[in-house]
Amino acid sequence: MSQDRLYVVTNDQITPGRVRAGKMMIWASFALLVLVAAWQIMGGYDLAADFSNWRPTLYAYMFFVTCFCMALVVRHGEQGKRRLFVVPATIFVLSMVFFPLVFGLSIAFSDWNLSSISGQQYNGFDNIRQMWQDDFYWNALTNMVWYTLAIIVEYAIAFGLALLLNSQIRARKFFRVAFLLPLMLSPVAVSWMVGKSMLEARFGPIARLARTLGIDNPSFFGDAETARAMIMIMDAWTFIPFMMIMLLAGLQSIPKDIQEAARVDGATPWQNFWEVTFPLMLPVSITAIMIRIIFKLKLADIIINVTSGGPGGATDSVTSFIFREYRDRSNVGYGTMLAMVYLVFIVIGFTLFMKLAARWMRPKY
Amino acid sequence: MSEVQIFHDHEADLGHKVKWYAKRVTVYGILLLWAFICLFPIYWTITTSFKLAPDVMQGNMIPFVDYTPQWRGWRSLGMSPDTIGEYSTVRAEFVKRFLNSTIVALSASSLAVVLGSLAAYGLSRFEYRFGFMRNDDISFFFLSQLILPPVVLALPFLVLYREIDMLDSRIGLILLYTLTVLPIVIWIMRDQFSSIPIELEEAALVDGLSIWGAFLTIIVPIALPGMVAAFILSLVLTWNEYFFAALLTSTDATTLPVMVASQTGSQGINWWSMAALSTAAIFPLVVIGIVLERYIIKGMAAGAVK
Repeated sequence: MSQDRLYVVTNDQITPGRVRAGKMMIWASFALLVLVAAWQIMGGYDLAADFSNWRPTLYAYMFFVTCFCMALVVRHGEQGKRRLFVVPATIFVLSMVFFPLVFGLSIAFSDWNLSSISGQQYNGFDNIRQMWQDDFYWNALTNMVWYTLAIIVEYAIAFGLALLLNSQIRARKFFRVAFLLPLMLSPVAVSWMVGKSMLEARFGPIARLARTLGIDNPSFFGDAETARAMIMIMDAWTFIPFMMIMLLAGLQSIPKDIQEAARVDGATPWQNFWEVTFPLMLPVSITAIMIRIIFKLKLADIIINVTSGGPGGATDSVTSFIFREYRDRSNVGYGTMLAMVYLVFIVIGFTLFMKLAARWMRPKY
Repeated sequence: MSEVQIFHDHEADLGHKVKWYAKRVTVYGILLLWAFICLFPIYWTITTSFKLAPDVMQGNMIPFVDYTPQWRGWRSLGMSPDTIGEYSTVRAEFVKRFLNSTIVALSASSLAVVLGSLAAYGLSRFEYRFGFMRNDDISFFFLSQLILPPVVLALPFLVLYREIDMLDSRIGLILLYTLTVLPIVIWIMRDQFSSIPIELEEAALVDGLSIWGAFLTIIVPIALPGMVAAFILSLVLTWNEYFFAALLTSTDATTLPVMVASQTGSQGINWWSMAALSTAAIFPLVVIGIVLERYIIKGMAAGAVK
């Protein structure tokens, strides 16, 4: 086994009795969990009105997890105490992700309308067939590609702002706080502040500005392209500070003497940027862009609140589409299938992106 | 003999000065323009909450110059000076949502910081082996949760929570929010802990502290600024979360963004009350942003630079 970075000499004397006690704790609490679950499945589910839900099983599960953690120390002594650092978080994530995902798979292959009495009915691959013909879903996926491509523009703006903030300026603190503020606002508030009032076609200040500039009937959510652009702008507005700050941190970590050496060697500012600063910023840039993509893939709040997908699904993101699919038709089965397919696309996309990023980051010389 | 100037500024150097000024003007111009873009919507929302219908329709912008500020919007929320003493259903509703948001955001962030710090510390100090998983795999396991879009978990959780009667409960939201910010916390804290020299704990262990004792009394105080940064960042993300809250809550546990969203559709041109509501909703985070800006930037910078 490889060496711990923090090496501790221990003289644990773990008696066989302790090991046995530890194993007992795990198995006994596990048996309790199985018993309670079995009792509920067999019909205890309906027995008592107090237990009309799966709470008892939940409590038994929590008891089992607690016993498991305590048994670590009982069984392994000092080693167990070390594991206790990581085990709670691992169990938490596993139970919060693993069960819902497995459960989600079972929902995805069924026709389940939450408001109907018939409950869950497995329908095989019907959902996939339906998805194949659902133009709105593919449209939403295409929109996601557009929304993701908009990150390139956001990145350029964020990089420019970070460069400016990193140069010799006065009142840097003021500008930093001002630039950061949009990130603090909730997307829901932004969708009212910007989407519903400032971009309002009659009285909004931006419409007024457009009219003074000579556009007669400014309408921002009328046709597909403008509406999509407006969503992109609002989302960019909230998230540019995020990239900007990451890039600023990257810029500040570049030693000044490298750029000075380049200047002494006769590099123009332009060369200095493209040949020195930009390559040094590549790792930070890729991290920032990756996190930005992750946040972009969750994009929904603004769309739900400003356009609810309209006009004609032109601004829909996958998340907002599934949200409405559930809200309008409470169809859990179909919605989950769409989400699962989305997840598959994301995983494939990210694997490719990380492979490509690894290739770009490899030093050229 | 007239005085002859011996040293002259070269033509090129004189031009340099002009160029320098031009450059300064452009730089500050761009900075001010972007500051305007960032601040104008906030200014607009705050001033609109003091407007009346004619002010909105005429497009008045500057209070006291263009129009006289009125308390109409705030009165409809029950938060104007003359109504603040009386009972108001809207304000009671607002306070309830506000408390829900605060409780959920604070608990989820605390839980995430505790769980995440422990895991990050363990991963930065010890070698683990859970089955085939080594340290790098465990880190990747945690961080990979980031790419899981919320929509994948949303509907299964909806059904699961219905089965265990946790729909519309704050605990349900807290658990989910903890899950969403945990990877970010682990990312920030892993960076923090690996920058603390191991010799500190070795000295503490030699002096007779246990591992957990050394962690709690030596390491946590040193890593506290990083923990605060992670906490603030989680707070911002969870306070503003809308998607899960809209799906999983209906009456009791509804958070502030859901309340704001539910009002947006019903309003016509009476923007003042909507603006007042938005102002009240964004106010806490704007204050946090201004006061704790240092920590937020530190948190976001931690992951970026290795």
